[in-house]
Amino acid sequence: MSDERVSPANLDYREARRWSRFLKRFLRSRNVMAGAVVLGAVITLVLLAAQISPYEPTQQFRRHRLQPPNAEFLLGTDNLGRDILTRILYGGRVSLQVGIVSVAIGATLGTLLGLIAGYIGGWTDVLIMRFIDMMLAFPGILLALVIIAVLGRNLQNVMIAVGLSSIPVYTRVVRGSTLSVKQFDFIIAAGALGASSGRIMARHILPNVLAPIIVVATNGVAGAIISGAALSFLGLGQQPPDPEWGLMLNEGRDYIRAAAWVTTYPGLAIMITVLSINLLGDGLRDILDPRLKL
Amino acid sequence: MSKYLTGRLLQTVPTVFLVTVAVFLMLHLTPGDPAEVFLGDKRSSPELLEKVREDMGLNRPLHVQYLSYMGNALRGDLGRSLQTNVPVMDQILNRLPWTIELAAAALMIAAFIGISVGIIAALYHNTIIDTLAMALALVGISMPVYWSSLLLILLFAVQLRILPAIGQGGIERLILPALALALVSAGSLARMVRSSMLEVLNQDFVLTARSKGISERLVVIRHVLRNALIPVVTILGLMLGNMLSGAVITETIFARLGIGQKYVEAVLQKDFTMVQGTTLFIALMYVFVNIVVDIVYAFIDPRIRYV
Repeated sequence: MSDERVSPANLDYREARRWSRFLKRFLRSRNVMAGAVVLGAVITLVLLAAQISPYEPTQQFRRHRLQPPNAEFLLGTDNLGRDILTRILYGGRVSLQVGIVSVAIGATLGTLLGLIAGYIGGWTDVLIMRFIDMMLAFPGILLALVIIAVLGRNLQNVMIAVGLSSIPVYTRVVRGSTLSVKQFDFIIAAGALGASSGRIMARHILPNVLAPIIVVATNGVAGAIISGAALSFLGLGQQPPDPEWGLMLNEGRDYIRAAAWVTTYPGLAIMITVLSINLLGDGLRDILDPRLKL
Repeated sequence: MSKYLTGRLLQTVPTVFLVTVAVFLMLHLTPGDPAEVFLGDKRSSPELLEKVREDMGLNRPLHVQYLSYMGNALRGDLGRSLQTNVPVMDQILNRLPWTIELAAAALMIAAFIGISVGIIAALYHNTIIDTLAMALALVGISMPVYWSSLLLILLFAVQLRILPAIGQGGIERLILPALALALVSAGSLARMVRSSMLEVLNQDFVLTARSKGISERLVVIRHVLRNALIPVVTILGLMLGNMLSGAVITETIFARLGIGQKYVEAVLQKDFTMVQGTTLFIALMYVFVNIVVDIVYAFIDPRIRYV
C-alpha cells in the first residue's frame, strides 16, 4: 500500500473503514500475529547482528573446533572454530536480503508484464504470455540454475536469477486481475477522459490489483529465501568464508556424524524464518483475497 | 475433445520453439568463448583456438548454428561435453534412470501422504485433527529439501543406523532421498486436497446422497472423493517439475549419480554444452509431461473445454 493511503489526512471515510477492518482481522488472526512476531524477532536479531553477536563471523578459534553448544559458544563452533551463532546472525542478513531483493526484481518486472499483457491485449498479450510459458518450461530452481550458468556464480547473480525466475507467477496473477478490473466503468471513463494507457495502468489498475500481488510476494519471499540458500548450498551463491545459511549447511554436511549442530542450527534458522513468512502470507491471503488459491 | 487436443498441442508449438531458442542462445550469451573452455588450461595458441572454433561451428551465422544444433538435437545428438568429450546425450541417458526412479518414488510417497492427510483434515474439518494436519502441512512446505535431507540422514543413518546415507541402487538407498523430496510436495498436496474436499462436501449432491440414507463412508468414497481428486491431477505435472528440479539438490546430497547431480557439476565446471543439452532435455520432457497431464485431465473431467 502506498504511503498516501496510510497517512490519515488523505483517507476518506470508506477507506479508513477498510483499513481498520483489515487491521482488526490482521490482529485477530492468531496465525498472522504469530508469523509477524516471529518474523519481527528474526529481522531484529539479524539487523542487530553486529551489536549482539559475541564474535566476528569469520573469526577462527583454532583450539575450539567442532565444539558442541556450551556457555562460550552458545550454538557451538564449526570445523574452523567459528562461532555458529555469530555466523547465523550475519548469514541471516544475506538470506533475508536475497529474499527481499529477488522478490522486488520478480514482482516489479512480473507486474509490469502482467499489466501490459492484460490491459493492452492482442498480439502484445500473446507475445508476453508465450514468453512466460517458455519460462515456465524450466521447472523450479532449474531456471535460476540456467541463469546462474550464464551470468556466473556469485551472490548478486543469485538474486537476479531467483528474481527473474519468479516473474511468471506475478505476470499470471496480475494479468488475470487486470483483465477483470479492465471491464469496470471507471477504467472506461478514465480512457474517455483522455488518460493515457500508462496512466490508466499505473493510477487506476495497479491499485486494484495490489492485493493479490502482496499475497504472492509475501509467500514469494519465503520461496526466494529457500531458493537462494539452495543455490549457495550448491556452491553457486555466497562464497566462503562469508556466512550464509545455505552455505553453512553445506559446510557442515561433512561433519554431520561427529558434529550435527553445525548443520542443525542454520537449517533451523531457515525453517523458522520461512515458516513465519508463510504463516504471515497465508493469513494475508485469507484477509485480502480469499478467492486466491495458490 | 479433438478440438481441445488440437488447441492444446498448437499452444505448445511456440513454447517449444522459444525454449529451444533460449537454450541455444544460452551458450552465446555466456561470457567467455566455448572454444576456450574446451581447451581449458592448455594455454592455447590463437591458431589452435581458431581451429577449435571452426570445428565447433562457432564462426557460422547464428541462425545457421541454431538450425544445425536443432537438426542434430532431433537426431539425438546434443554435442559433446566440453569437459569429458563424451556425447551429452549418452551422459543424459546413462543417468536418467536414477533420476526417474527417484522422482517416481517421491511422487508416489507425496501422493500417498498428501492425499491421505488432506482427506483426513477435510473429514475432521475444524477439529484439532484438522489443525494438526494443516500445521504439519505448513511445516512440510516450509522445509527446504536440503534441510530435510540432512535431518533424515541424521536420524536414519547416523542415529538409528538403519538406512545408508548415500549412494544408489536398491530400495534402502532410495527411501531417504525420495522421502526428503516428497515432503514439500506432500505438504502442498495435503492443503489442496483438503480445500478441494471441503468445496465438494458443501455441494447439494452430497446433501442429496446423504439424505438418501447411504452411509457416510459411501458418500465420501463414491461422491466426494471422485470429484475432489479431479483438480489434484492437474498439479501432478507441476509436482513432477518440482521433483526434477528438487532432484538437483537431493542427488547432490545423497551422492546419487542422476541427471540433477550431473547438472550441478556441469554448471560448476562451466561445461556449457552439457548444461545446454541437459536443460533442453529436461525442459522438453517437462512440457511433454504437462501436455499428457492436461489431456488426461480433459478425459476424466468432461467439463474442461479448450478456450
